[in-house]
Amino acid sequence: MTVVIDRTRGPDPAQRRAGPGGTPVSAAERVRQKKAAGDLYQARVPIYPKLVHGRWRAIKWALLIGTLAIYYVTPWLRWERPGALPDQAVLVDFTGQRFYFFWIQLWPQEVYFITGLLVMAALALFLTTALFGRLWCGYACPQTVWTDLYIYVERLFEGDRNARMRLDAAPMSFDKLWRKTGKHLVWLAIAFGTGGAWIFYFHDAPNLIRDFWVGKAPATAYVSCAVLTGTTYLLAGFMREQVCTYMCPWPRIQGAMLDQHSLQVTYRTDRGEPRGAHKKNASWEGRGDCVDCNQCVVACPMGIDIRNGPQLECINCGLCIDACDEIMGKLGRPKALIAYDTDAAVAARAAKQTPVYPLVRPRTVYYGAALALVSGLMLWGFANRSTLDLHALRDRNPMYVRLHDGAVRDGYTLKIANRGFEPKTLQVAFAGVPGAKLKIPGEPATEGVLTVIAPPNEVTAVRIFVNAPPAALTAPDLPAAFTVTDGKVEAVAKTTFVTGAAR
Amino acid sequence: MSDRKIDEHTGVETTGHEWDGIRELDNPLPRWWLWVMWASVAFCVVYWILMPAWPGINGYTKGLLGKSDRAEVAQDLTEFKQIRGKEAAKLTNASLEQIEADPQLQAYALALGASVFGDNCATCHGTGGAGSKGYPNLRDDVWLWGGSLEDIHHTIEVGVRSGEDGARLSQMPAFGRDQMLQPAQIDDLTEYVVHLSRRKADAAAVARASTLYQEQCAACHAPDGTGAQAMGAPNLTDAEWLYGSDREDIKAQIWNGRGGVMPTWGKRLDPETIKALTVYVHANAGGQ
Repeated sequence: MTVVIDRTRGPDPAQRRAGPGGTPVSAAERVRQKKAAGDLYQARVPIYPKLVHGRWRAIKWALLIGTLAIYYVTPWLRWERPGALPDQAVLVDFTGQRFYFFWIQLWPQEVYFITGLLVMAALALFLTTALFGRLWCGYACPQTVWTDLYIYVERLFEGDRNARMRLDAAPMSFDKLWRKTGKHLVWLAIAFGTGGAWIFYFHDAPNLIRDFWVGKAPATAYVSCAVLTGTTYLLAGFMREQVCTYMCPWPRIQGAMLDQHSLQVTYRTDRGEPRGAHKKNASWEGRGDCVDCNQCVVACPMGIDIRNGPQLECINCGLCIDACDEIMGKLGRPKALIAYDTDAAVAARAAKQTPVYPLVRPRTVYYGAALALVSGLMLWGFANRSTLDLHALRDRNPMYVRLHDGAVRDGYTLKIANRGFEPKTLQVAFAGVPGAKLKIPGEPATEGVLTVIAPPNEVTAVRIFVNAPPAALTAPDLPAAFTVTDGKVEAVAKTTFVTGAAR
Repeated sequence: MSDRKIDEHTGVETTGHEWDGIRELDNPLPRWWLWVMWASVAFCVVYWILMPAWPGINGYTKGLLGKSDRAEVAQDLTEFKQIRGKEAAKLTNASLEQIEADPQLQAYALALGASVFGDNCATCHGTGGAGSKGYPNLRDDVWLWGGSLEDIHHTIEVGVRSGEDGARLSQMPAFGRDQMLQPAQIDDLTEYVVHLSRRKADAAAVARASTLYQEQCAACHAPDGTGAQAMGAPNLTDAEWLYGSDREDIKAQIWNGRGGVMPTWGKRLDPETIKALTVYVHANAGGQ
């Protein structure tokens, strides 16, 4: 038995449009009618995707293993760092306010690198989508990967499509019970593993796994683990295609990136139609290659018929291509009746023209240029990232202090960020006010430079008073600047010296 | 109003509303959306039972979990006092110099001092400590009663003219109000004080007031006008003026002999707090 699920066709419009007898009815009456008919809401139609074999299925398996391996293994990689710093290669350390990625260490102030990375990822996704369609959805999206894994487990316990449909239709029995129970237990175990792996990105993994089992881990670890266990079980086990169709904004957004030259899973109508059953040894003349075997429909994890054309629900996973290729092989017809192809190519072939696949199009150029620009900017920023940062905060209350001899003193707080792993001995100099004297409270004043020691990997606040002699008070505000240097790196902070002179 | 059409492409009925030629398909909602709504409703009911929720006439429903923000704040404050107790003990045992020399202890003293200053001192001395007319500027290098750690500590502890025993006390006579001097003499003295601070003054008046100054003022302000911190007598030769520097201000001060009052903080704040306050004021003034 084959169930054709076609959500692109609603119920018969004629029945919905009017009341009995074809007379128009009020909106309220229509709602009452709908309610009575039960179609105000729509129950999920279960989908039993059939296992296929082929090139795209193999790629999907490989990506599934690859991405899951990255996800589960990454927190366990070690990376030596000096001192008491964590030796976890990838760590989002909220307590210590640091992000570690192998040799890179980011401070909260440098979160723009993460922002830049996300912008780059978005633009890369735009470009990929414009060129090759929704590859992300079909191959790399966690929703797709975990759903694929869950369906794999489902098959292990309940068999393939037909067996599963029979099992679901059958009354409860011992056989059904253990298969269902086993499936859900393994699902829960995977879900727990997913939530469990997530928390290791935020704490030292070996310590956390010990603390986790003895009840000493932070509450956030248990809550995050529980939430991700729940969502994984729910989204990959039960929601599946509902997530893509109803919850995810990306299918809608991607609609704006695709054009008639974007590759997407395409049923080549020019070759397939008119479709119909084919008897062995019958002629292929005057008909299409599609034998209406429905294998593309039963293989689809989204429950759609690709022969209806490009659809919102289609995640471009290519499983229908594998399914169709197998049938075409058996029939001795050329493969790729369903293939990654473009709307323009289909139209061209239908018009007996040679299809062209222009990769360089205005939108791909825009996306590519934007991606190159942002990547270049981020790379430049990263390459010129200093391990020393300086901010000068001028006292605002009082703005200035007049001393007994008519000199004026401004107070500053220097925030020196030493992002290196070694302490820095820094020379602090002040420019812009002739004859100015620097003084750290409790230490003698100096006309030259001050020496400050900045401990590694933290921000040091240094209070500095600058005394300007009466002769230097030539304007209400004097532009000034602090410079700190250890001889190798230098940081400058511009500021103002307020003299209190009349404007 | 409602103009329902069948969308040609999908065959689905539209909701009948139109925005700039765009019509919305009237697809049925997934059933689970309804479940999510009921789940949210159920969550609310459970939340009402467990957490403080409904206001009443004489209070509110407390909830089974006994959650109370007020109690949590009280708990936090208790914990804070315990933590502070340890640091406060360090302040007790360390001398003022030792506090300044220990960066960690100094940072603690500065933080505590800043908050205490804001609560107690800012009313008169300003939030930044810059004072105003009649209220000494604590950020400069001019000190009526001395700017060393010990001097500041003592001033805070005993106060100034507070009426308490041991308070710092200085009293400038109200030469004009109490008719101790003639108005002409006060005018001359004003010129003399202007002259002391190295500004242009009426030479004849300065000459007339010279003896008068030595008789009436020098005992406290010193023969050369440099004052005496031991007595709280201001230096008249510098650029800092508590009650203003122009002739009107100086004359008014000689006439009225004003003097401000500072509370005896030793009776209001504990010793650790006064130490922290001392370190804070000292550091903010550049540390004499």
